[in-house]
Amino acid sequence: MNVDIATVKKVAALARIAITEEEAARLAPELGNILGWIEQLSEVDVTGVEPMTAVIPNQLRLRDDVVTDGGIRDAVLANAPQGEHGFFAVPKVIE
Amino acid sequence: MVCLTDLGIADIRNGVRLGKFSAVEVAEAFISAVSNAKLLNAFLVETPHHALAAAKAADTARAAGEVLKPLAGVPIGMKDLFCTKDVPTTAASLILEGFVPPYESTVSGNLFVAGAGMLGKLNMDQFAMGSSNETSAFGNVISPWRRGDGGNAPLAPGGSSGGSAAAVSARLCPGATGTDTGGSIRQPAAFVGISGIKPTYGRCSRWGVIAFASSLDQAGPMARDVRDCAIMLENMCGFDAKDATSLNLPVPKWEDGLNASMAGKRIGIPREYRVENMPAEIDALWQQGVDWLKDAGAEIVEVSLPHTKYALPAYYIIAPAEASSNLARYDGVRYGLRDLPDGANLQDMYAATRAAGFGDEVKRRIMIGTYVLSAGFYDAFFQQASKIRTLIARDFEQAWEKCDYLLTPTAPSAAFVLGEKSDDPLAMYLNDVFTVPSSLAGLPAMSVPGGLDKAGLPLGLQIIGKALDEQGVLNAALALEERAGFTARPGAWW
Repeated sequence: MNVDIATVKKVAALARIAITEEEAARLAPELGNILGWIEQLSEVDVTGVEPMTAVIPNQLRLRDDVVTDGGIRDAVLANAPQGEHGFFAVPKVIE
Repeated sequence: MVCLTDLGIADIRNGVRLGKFSAVEVAEAFISAVSNAKLLNAFLVETPHHALAAAKAADTARAAGEVLKPLAGVPIGMKDLFCTKDVPTTAASLILEGFVPPYESTVSGNLFVAGAGMLGKLNMDQFAMGSSNETSAFGNVISPWRRGDGGNAPLAPGGSSGGSAAAVSARLCPGATGTDTGGSIRQPAAFVGISGIKPTYGRCSRWGVIAFASSLDQAGPMARDVRDCAIMLENMCGFDAKDATSLNLPVPKWEDGLNASMAGKRIGIPREYRVENMPAEIDALWQQGVDWLKDAGAEIVEVSLPHTKYALPAYYIIAPAEASSNLARYDGVRYGLRDLPDGANLQDMYAATRAAGFGDEVKRRIMIGTYVLSAGFYDAFFQQASKIRTLIARDFEQAWEKCDYLLTPTAPSAAFVLGEKSDDPLAMYLNDVFTVPSSLAGLPAMSVPGGLDKAGLPLGLQIIGKALDEQGVLNAALALEERAGFTARPGAWW
């Protein structure tokens, strides 16, 4: 399957991964190979087959809509690359 | 005096109970083995204090005449995919470098409640994506095994649980946790001549296990024999309200239920698993496994799993799709790495952080996943794969009408030389051809060592069972183990 460099760049942008021209050029045939191999699935007749949503039949549980956790702000922030005043800090998003 | 690091889980547990040796002596022996095995690069973090604290608790409890916990005195290794409270956890990725979980994964917590101590965190393929442990950001794990031809080419321990495999095989710990998404417990176990079981999907809680592909990920034990795996598995499984797919079922006493008689059992041999280019030795071992199970009393039947050839390509849609979604969380905001180039905005920060933090294989899989989920391709790829997954599960259902377990090789080759396949992602993916179908169907499956190839490297046999029949899988594996009499171990060159 042919995957061009523009497609690689588009997918990388969707995946929020910065890539260089060289990486895009290297990835294009790699992804093309893998996707070409995957394409053999199209030969399988799946008429009337439901897509699998659960491997083991299991009733999804409901619980009461109540707070079960909390009061651990410092633990939540402990691994933040940048935390300020009890918040996660990020670069300015509004000019 | 018995060499304590030669003992497995059951022997250590029993010896501590009987006072043959103290838990602290055991812990110290393994701590020393771990610190002397740096060349294997199996451990990312060593936690001797943790192992010693658990050992002291076991010795104190014994001195006080208390009933000892199920794993009292047993030190284990922990794959670095399990979040461990106050102990760095990275999934072998730079994007989590420095991450110290403020919480304990359910499985590691269960093991600690059962009395186990932790020797350290084990190296692995980055985010569990790989079959050779070459995608770790912190260097390859080197298999303790070497070919018998005098060549010292470093061999892959398999993956993704390569650190766990190397550590158990090299007697750095009597057992270790692994996780298995498409074969990551079974294939490395086979490569290093140990046992490992992936239980039914939902038996082990996924809470606190760093997510790769959530519909496939399952934790399980890796140890030197079937009994040790049964003991560890009992103390890993159990219902957990924090995992929506956790099975609310009692955990059977698998160790007590061990029984190697296969009288009245039917073993299925799936004809589609006779793949092209499989080494004759693996085919011969497979036949040997058939004979062993016949000797144990089983009836052998040929079965067909017609969609087997589509399992790997379906897996390489489903797993990357789920990974692309799961790994969206690594954004440089809440934990782990942040790469903020000068003048970068928020979007630039995300892209730079993820470019710097993820390894090549992780990026490749995220991009495949993003592609197959993107507008215009979702139906052709992801939906098609999900329907084929239904057909693969149906193949197994139909096989169970004719047999109780399936016997297959674990992997299509013995351990390969590091670097041999790393330039060809597809060749690497094909290593999981025998393990992926049962993962897609959520079934329990186990690898046990069957013998050595001509180069002196271990080969594994796999037993696949019905959902929730871990006992049957363990029993059939035990029947193989008793007849294989596998005692080979790597020479301690490290």
